[in-house]
Amino acid sequence: MTAQPITSPRPAADGAGEALLSVRDLTVTFGRGRKAFRAVDGVDFDVYPGQTVGLVGESGCGKSVTSLAIMGLLPGRGNTVGGRVTFAGEDLLSMPADQLRDRRGRDVAMIFQDPLSSLNPVVPLGVQVAEVIERHKGRNRSDAQQEAAAMLKKVGIPDPDRRLKEYPHQLSGGMRQRALIAMALACEPRLLIADEPTTALDVTIQAQILALLKELVSESGTALIMITHDLGVVAGLCDEVNVLYAGRIVERAQRHDLFATPRHPYTGGLLASIPRLHEERGRRLTPVPGSVSDNIPWEQGCAFAPRCANAVDVCRQQTPTLVPDRDAVGDDRLLRCHNPLTANPVDDTPTVEEDAR
Amino acid sequence: MLRFIVRRSLQALLALFVLSVLLFAWLRSLPGGVVSALLGERGTPENAAALRSALGLDDPLYVQYWRFLQRALRGDFGVSNGVFRGEPALDVFFQRLPATVELSIFAMILALTLAIPLGYVAARRRGGPLDTGSVVFSLVGVAVPVFFLAYVLKYVFAVQLGWLPPSGRQTVGINATHITNMYVLDGILTREWDAAWDAFKHLLLPALALASIPFAIIFRITRAAVIDVMEEDYVRTARAKGLTPRVIRVRHIMRNALIPVVTVVGLQIGALLAGAVLTEKVFAFQGIGQALAIGFERRDYPVLQVLIMMAALIYILVNLLVDIAYAVIDPRVRTK
Repeated sequence: MTAQPITSPRPAADGAGEALLSVRDLTVTFGRGRKAFRAVDGVDFDVYPGQTVGLVGESGCGKSVTSLAIMGLLPGRGNTVGGRVTFAGEDLLSMPADQLRDRRGRDVAMIFQDPLSSLNPVVPLGVQVAEVIERHKGRNRSDAQQEAAAMLKKVGIPDPDRRLKEYPHQLSGGMRQRALIAMALACEPRLLIADEPTTALDVTIQAQILALLKELVSESGTALIMITHDLGVVAGLCDEVNVLYAGRIVERAQRHDLFATPRHPYTGGLLASIPRLHEERGRRLTPVPGSVSDNIPWEQGCAFAPRCANAVDVCRQQTPTLVPDRDAVGDDRLLRCHNPLTANPVDDTPTVEEDAR
Repeated sequence: MLRFIVRRSLQALLALFVLSVLLFAWLRSLPGGVVSALLGERGTPENAAALRSALGLDDPLYVQYWRFLQRALRGDFGVSNGVFRGEPALDVFFQRLPATVELSIFAMILALTLAIPLGYVAARRRGGPLDTGSVVFSLVGVAVPVFFLAYVLKYVFAVQLGWLPPSGRQTVGINATHITNMYVLDGILTREWDAAWDAFKHLLLPALALASIPFAIIFRITRAAVIDVMEEDYVRTARAKGLTPRVIRVRHIMRNALIPVVTVVGLQIGALLAGAVLTEKVFAFQGIGQALAIGFERRDYPVLQVLIMMAALIYILVNLLVDIAYAVIDPRVRTK
């Protein structure tokens, strides 16, 4: 079964207009036959120019696979991608490989989770930044190197001319992620996909990197898809948040609305599991009980039901659909739940990331 | 880098010294021995004893070794007492070195130019017919003994089909000037194209036989390395940047995949020397390998000693070069 296409919630802050990226009924299946596993199951969302959209969920919920499918970067064999991904009016999924290559890195760029393994260990940093400039802007080697140096400076890497000659292992983790951001933004893409860009970094560095990303995308008007399991990241960065569970969107809301009144019990659980500073010491964290291995298939009801404190009988009998949710704070909310949380606001929004700068 | 080279050279010297001791003790413990080889059937116990004391073989082994070492350091490894009778052993080595170098280089070039592209393509089409076919082919390459392959090649292409000469390095009596004693190179340098072509035809079958094992091993390592590297995050990054397939292949996949290949190539130089003994014997190719085989049959200690020591020296030098090459292609090694 597939979800109904949902018309856009709202244009981004900088004005109305067409969605830059429009994902419709995106489905990614690994394997085939009886062993087939549907990692992404009918996901719809839009990203407007300049907007920052969060895809949030725990490991295995399909958020990274969604981003790789949009970029056409899933490994060639063993998977089937269905649905439509429209970028600036063109379907990326049916586009010939060479045309897609022209757009990757120029119009749509991506940064990855582990900055060390995402950089080529045997190629100087300068070449790795300059090659994307050479490729898409048609610059020669030396001009591209100069632009690369300027780009490194822009992302806060000191002494860029020296760094250009260095190799990834000579840089710190934060520097590496800055370098990856420099590569991704070198051609001023209209959309940047950041897949857990801070997960592999120290907490202090995380805050710096998020602040940098926020500054750069707002400065250049680049739209951003932020993929994370960390609601703290969402709180500091995103305009709109999609919560994914077992390959489907279970809740969508504007950031403030989501933090004020989470409606899906899974969202509520994610929020409750964030450690808070001004809580009495010694109190245990409240994790979401169980794990994804407890899921039931969506066909038999709500995949989250076995882990859900709010689950009622209907949750195990009838598949919930993603429908507009008018009972909560905020407009254009979507919810996939038979028995949502009542509008009982969580007391505060984690502000760690917002304070970072 | 200089410190690295100095340290490695000292290690090499130590290795050579240990090898010379072992070699010396081992050769003298072989049954038969030089005296019976020299005297043959006519030896009486009396002349055998006389010869033993004349050659200093009655002295304790360490005294003999000390004598050997003193002479060796002056470049005197003794005089051949076998087929090359009367020639200084070291000269035998230098006369025959160019032939083996030419054969080995040509075999290695054959192995590399076939194995690396094939390994890449097989990895990209993993599980396909080309991949499966070349994996089986390379297994055969490792499993078939070199001398057997050499005989088969000789029988089919030289004896039955008559396309290529069965033995030797160049047709006897051909008009050829020799400068480096690498005959193909000489022919090119002197523009004696007939001589070069003739030498090349003589080189082809032994080189094919000799290349079989390095080819198989380099192919398998390349294939495995490319499969590994293709799954690396940085290759995904390169694709996310929209780079052309050529840049991804050369700069991002092969530059990383070749690191283990370089190591294996270094190790295979040793295998090449071992293979040369068998191949050169089958094709009567007048190189070090053939001299070594002949030397063994005749218990020609001076020649054996110098050939084995020099082979070890070459092996050590090549490995030193490989380590330097390693530092050049992998910056992580360089800055450590």
